[in-house]
Amino acid sequence: MKLELRGITKRFGTLVANDQISLTVEPGEIHCLLGENGAGKSTLMNVLYGLYTADEGEVLLDGEVQHFRGPGDAMAAGIGMVHQHFMLIPVFTVAENVMLGHETTLPGGRLDLDAARTKVNEIARRFGFQVDPDALIEDLPVGVQQRVEIIKALSRDAKILVFDEPTAVLTPQETDEFMQIMRQLRDEGAAIVFITHKLREVREVADRITVIRRGQVVGEATADQPDTELAAMMVGRAVELTVQKSAPKYGANSLVVQDLEVTDPSGIVVVDGVSFTVRGGEVLVVAGVQGNGQTELTEALVGLQKASGGSVVLDGQEMVGRPVAEVLGAGVGFVPEDRSTDGLVGEFTVAENLMLDRRGGPPFVKAGMLQLGPRDSFARDAVEEFDIRTQGIGEQVSRLSGGNQQKVVLARELSRELRLLVAAQPTRGVDVGSIEFIHKRIVETRDAGVPVVVVSTELDEAVALGDRILVMYRGRVVGIVPSTTPRDELGLMMAGITPQKGSDVA
Amino acid sequence: MTATTNAPAAPVEVRHVTVVSRKAPIALASFTALFALLIALAPREGSTNFRLASDGDFVTLPALVVPGTATAWVCVVVAAVLTAVAFAYVRAQRKVPLWVSAVFAFALLFGFLAWAGAGSARDFPVSTLIFNTVLLAVPLVFGSLGGVIGERAGVVNIAIEGQLLAGAFTAAIASSLTDSAWAGLFAAMVAGVTVAAVLGVFAITYKVDQIIVGVVLNVLVIGLTSFFYSEVLVPSAERLNSTTRFGPTPIPVLSGIPIIGPALFNQTVVVYIMYLAVPAVWFALFRTRWGLRLRAVGEHPQAADTVGIKVERMRYAGVLVAGAVVGIGGAFYTIVSVSSFNKEMTAGAGFIALAAVIFGKWHPVRAALAGLLFGGASALRNALDIVGAPVPSQFMLMLPYVVTILAVAGFVGQSRAPAADGQPYIKE
Amino acid sequence: MSAESPEPKEQAVAASDDTTAASTEPASSGGDRWREAYFRIISGGWAVSLGAVILAVLAGSLMIMVTDQGVQAALPYFFARPGDTFAAIGSAVGGAYAALFRGAVWDFRADDFAGAIRPFTQSLTMATPLIAAGLGVALGFRAGLFNIGGKGQMLVAAAAGGWVGFGVSMPFPLHMIVAIVAGVAAGAVWAGIAGVLKAFTGAHEVITTIMLNYVAFYLVSYMLATPGLLQAPGSSNPKTPPMQDTAVMPDLLGPRYNLHWGFVFALIAVAFVWWLLNRSKVGFEYRAVGENPDAARVAGINVPRTTVSVMLVAGGLVGLAGVTQVLGTVTTGFSYDIDAGIGFDAITVALLGGSQPIGVLFAAILFGAFKAGGSVMQAAENVPIEIVTVVQALIVLFIAAPPLVRAVFRLPQPGARWTRSSRKEVAA
Repeated sequence: MKLELRGITKRFGTLVANDQISLTVEPGEIHCLLGENGAGKSTLMNVLYGLYTADEGEVLLDGEVQHFRGPGDAMAAGIGMVHQHFMLIPVFTVAENVMLGHETTLPGGRLDLDAARTKVNEIARRFGFQVDPDALIEDLPVGVQQRVEIIKALSRDAKILVFDEPTAVLTPQETDEFMQIMRQLRDEGAAIVFITHKLREVREVADRITVIRRGQVVGEATADQPDTELAAMMVGRAVELTVQKSAPKYGANSLVVQDLEVTDPSGIVVVDGVSFTVRGGEVLVVAGVQGNGQTELTEALVGLQKASGGSVVLDGQEMVGRPVAEVLGAGVGFVPEDRSTDGLVGEFTVAENLMLDRRGGPPFVKAGMLQLGPRDSFARDAVEEFDIRTQGIGEQVSRLSGGNQQKVVLARELSRELRLLVAAQPTRGVDVGSIEFIHKRIVETRDAGVPVVVVSTELDEAVALGDRILVMYRGRVVGIVPSTTPRDELGLMMAGITPQKGSDVA
Repeated sequence: MTATTNAPAAPVEVRHVTVVSRKAPIALASFTALFALLIALAPREGSTNFRLASDGDFVTLPALVVPGTATAWVCVVVAAVLTAVAFAYVRAQRKVPLWVSAVFAFALLFGFLAWAGAGSARDFPVSTLIFNTVLLAVPLVFGSLGGVIGERAGVVNIAIEGQLLAGAFTAAIASSLTDSAWAGLFAAMVAGVTVAAVLGVFAITYKVDQIIVGVVLNVLVIGLTSFFYSEVLVPSAERLNSTTRFGPTPIPVLSGIPIIGPALFNQTVVVYIMYLAVPAVWFALFRTRWGLRLRAVGEHPQAADTVGIKVERMRYAGVLVAGAVVGIGGAFYTIVSVSSFNKEMTAGAGFIALAAVIFGKWHPVRAALAGLLFGGASALRNALDIVGAPVPSQFMLMLPYVVTILAVAGFVGQSRAPAADGQPYIKE
Repeated sequence: MSAESPEPKEQAVAASDDTTAASTEPASSGGDRWREAYFRIISGGWAVSLGAVILAVLAGSLMIMVTDQGVQAALPYFFARPGDTFAAIGSAVGGAYAALFRGAVWDFRADDFAGAIRPFTQSLTMATPLIAAGLGVALGFRAGLFNIGGKGQMLVAAAAGGWVGFGVSMPFPLHMIVAIVAGVAAGAVWAGIAGVLKAFTGAHEVITTIMLNYVAFYLVSYMLATPGLLQAPGSSNPKTPPMQDTAVMPDLLGPRYNLHWGFVFALIAVAFVWWLLNRSKVGFEYRAVGENPDAARVAGINVPRTTVSVMLVAGGLVGLAGVTQVLGTVTTGFSYDIDAGIGFDAITVALLGGSQPIGVLFAAILFGAFKAGGSVMQAAENVPIEIVTVVQALIVLFIAAPPLVRAVFRLPQPGARWTRSSRKEVAA
């Protein structure tokens, strides 16, 4: 089936998310939609999928204009979509998720679960997946969950498949396998839209490339164009893919982590005997595919997760077992992974958020009372210094863009005397301009002699920002290597394979 | 990247350790200690007669006579042993099995009754106790079933109380006017649906905070029914507020079973509807297309939307069906229990039903059992009044609520509500 | 009735100016200043509040109309003499609202100013416990806790404060202060139980506070029925002896009026809660936990400890409501109905007041006026007082759904983010 989008425009209030976008996808081709976060790719696909109604423009399938009033219509027309955030119900089984929305029933109104199981097994066999139809989604690794999404789309005989940032949660190995699946689907005649911002993947599978920036199509490209050209099209100017930083000048502070262990409530040892040392003036990047214990590691460092064993010693002081407030008070800056749930109180103002973890005493709190004057003047300075785009310090922080929200978190954590900075995925979901700024500030903190731990799932960021890279896999340290380590070796490590040489496990 | 293709499969496995909560044994231990304290401080003389038969039984069983305090102490020992078993399970890093809790509960209840009835000249009416437990549980069970359906669809229903009251009110009028209890039952369902529709409009369409709507609806229904009671029902009580009730309908054969026969199968039609409603709701929620979609909407509305399920329509369906179910429970008051409506006659049963929903972990069968527990507590008080309760009646009345608090703290703990419970679905 | 409307107007401005004002800004940019101001007024929060009051009062009028005997008498010959019907409606509705006004604000039949103003002081007396209890519930809302336990907290507070009030002898100001402290502490402890259970076992506060209501009720009932505890000596009624004069809150405006110092204490509580929420570190933490407990935890706030602390303060405030009842309003001894439904009314008050201290103050005065006026209306015009409950519920319901009120009155929508701000207006 051939897909055509003609002049799609979608506005949210004053924001134009899609501006006259046109696109054609032929059957049997992988069409890459390349653009950075917030460029409008997902909005476009939600229009295609009937989740949003376009303000202008039309969707055509095999030359016929479609009027989708909801995803049900889009699916019936043969469009399948694998969303960036999986649209699976965690407490349902694989079979239940696959059948949901087009269930078959037995006489008496009973759900025909056997039919659904058969369907799952049939599609899984075709692609060589290992999926138990009766497993609960929440018990499955993300890679398998994604396959369930694919099965879900195929079980509805989708002829056009849309993949929205599908590789963000996959290991390099799983990514390779996923590419293979995409090729197989293409060879079977499906029209595939592959949304991504990762240039490497684009060049590997794309038959055609359309680049989107700020809601507009800025051009078409071919897979053999160099990275810098594609990146420039995507961002709109020449970008530096590296971070400017000098050789580390080691300071006096140091973080020593020994045999740290964290067990989650269901008994899984999510951080398993992790040991490393970070010296003042260096950045240690904790790399790895999402969900391999990095989040829990950072949370254990600041006391948010109870360590079931091991020690965290900062400048000679044991941190394990201390309440979060004390750890933060000891000079630990923490940028949590998910800023909207963990880093900010959305309903609070910018000024209130800027003092959220600084309630311990002067200047913002005296004798149990909030000091609004110092708070507001600090907030005004921070907005200035960190270039936070806001209508004012009294604006609700939930109204800011993702990048600006992250700057609020950074401004709060960096504008005090630090002895350690822990930043989990500091640039996720942030626009390129803000990424550069955030990297710069992190490097400045490092150069001030502070030990820095950054968690990143992006190999590019790990290599650019880190002095050394610690790779985690299934809760354990695979190795700690210099950031000059070749990419393919890092990729292997992220899949859990211990490097042959060059390891300097601390 | 290409180097990964010939690499071996992932060599590292995630390590597991078993984590078992110590809450359950601690709760058992505290129950045991409390009970032991009670009989130690207030020992009672004499024996307890458990009357197992009722008049006109097909098979007449003799009364069971046990020495009161001694039996109570035996039960304490049994409870203590079970507590030890629970601790052993936890130490072995295994979950405490359900039978331990079940036997424990039975032992304590039996011990308590033996202690309470000791020395009384009157027999302890076992059959009546069960009969009343089931009867008094009716509004609670229907209320909690309605609550479960609504919350599974993602709509918190604090207005169960209002739905019960509205059901009782309209059932009274309809039954009085038509001289038909069935008409009353139907009217009560309509009333429940009406209140549910208002809840739906505000909570689903206008996306008002569901707890707010629920609380306000309760107040509104109390106000409306009380107003019209004074203005309309009282002046013409003969015509509008003297209902035709359902009488007991013994089920052949089953009602002849000793002890439980007269207790369970010589009830009114509404009770039989309850017997059917619990498995029916379970089946509807977990075995039908409707139930699958309903739960999908309550867990992850966006995911449901992306597979073409109309989220709001589904939520309306859940809320309205729930309203009808709760309405049946409301009818209990005026066409089963007594034959006239009175102001605020539901007396907080809706809130107890709400507690049963959470106590029952949003599961229809467990919620119904929780409803039975509360019904049993009220029935127990009546039974103890007959034998002459050794403790002030207020403490007896308090007991079920204390048990609920301990149970919620000890056993249920952080139970998991449907993920999107209480959240309006906003598309763009 | 019309005189009541300024009150919700003011409170709604206080409640919503930080949210709706921000959202209207982009929509009204450009155009001349007067148009902009006009737009802001009719799309702002208080226009909705006014609309809500008008709708609720209209609904109340409808209820009076359909149940009034004069109207029913005139209706059959409506087509012959429609004037009679309208006259009857006018006299029924007008008479009722006039009586309400006369009982709540200004007695225009009184001979002098002192007599005419008496109803208003009566409204303030009625408002006193609603202010305190409403603050307690509102504080819980701000910290993300739903305290339905007002009834229980008031009862234990009344029992503790009352016991000190009649059972202990001390000189005047000291006796009163000790009694107040005892009551406030009892309320705090009672709510604190729910807080501790929530913080350390995860037991849902909705369940535990409901259960604690019943426990408190039976506990106080027991004490009232037991000589030597709360029961008046030589009496078999479940009632306490009168308070000693040294413990009674003095009249604020002399013996002609019922208004007592409890009102001043309630005002102090308003100021205290405002300071706590907006100016203190502790309140900042309460709000952070209420809006986003995850972020609060990450920022080093001890969420369990905050939960306990919120419940303690909230229970103390509800406890104050209990003491003002027994030491101020009903000083001749009390029974187990001393809470008078205030614990539940407090929830509505908190909702109407947008969970803001100032909003709660005005909402409580409005509801107090309804209570005071409602009884006069019932006595003079034979309109059941429950109509007041209905009107109150409708006001809150309509205010909670601004889009509905806007649709009825064709007011413009503010900004695009109405769902969020409308939630905030009421729930925040």
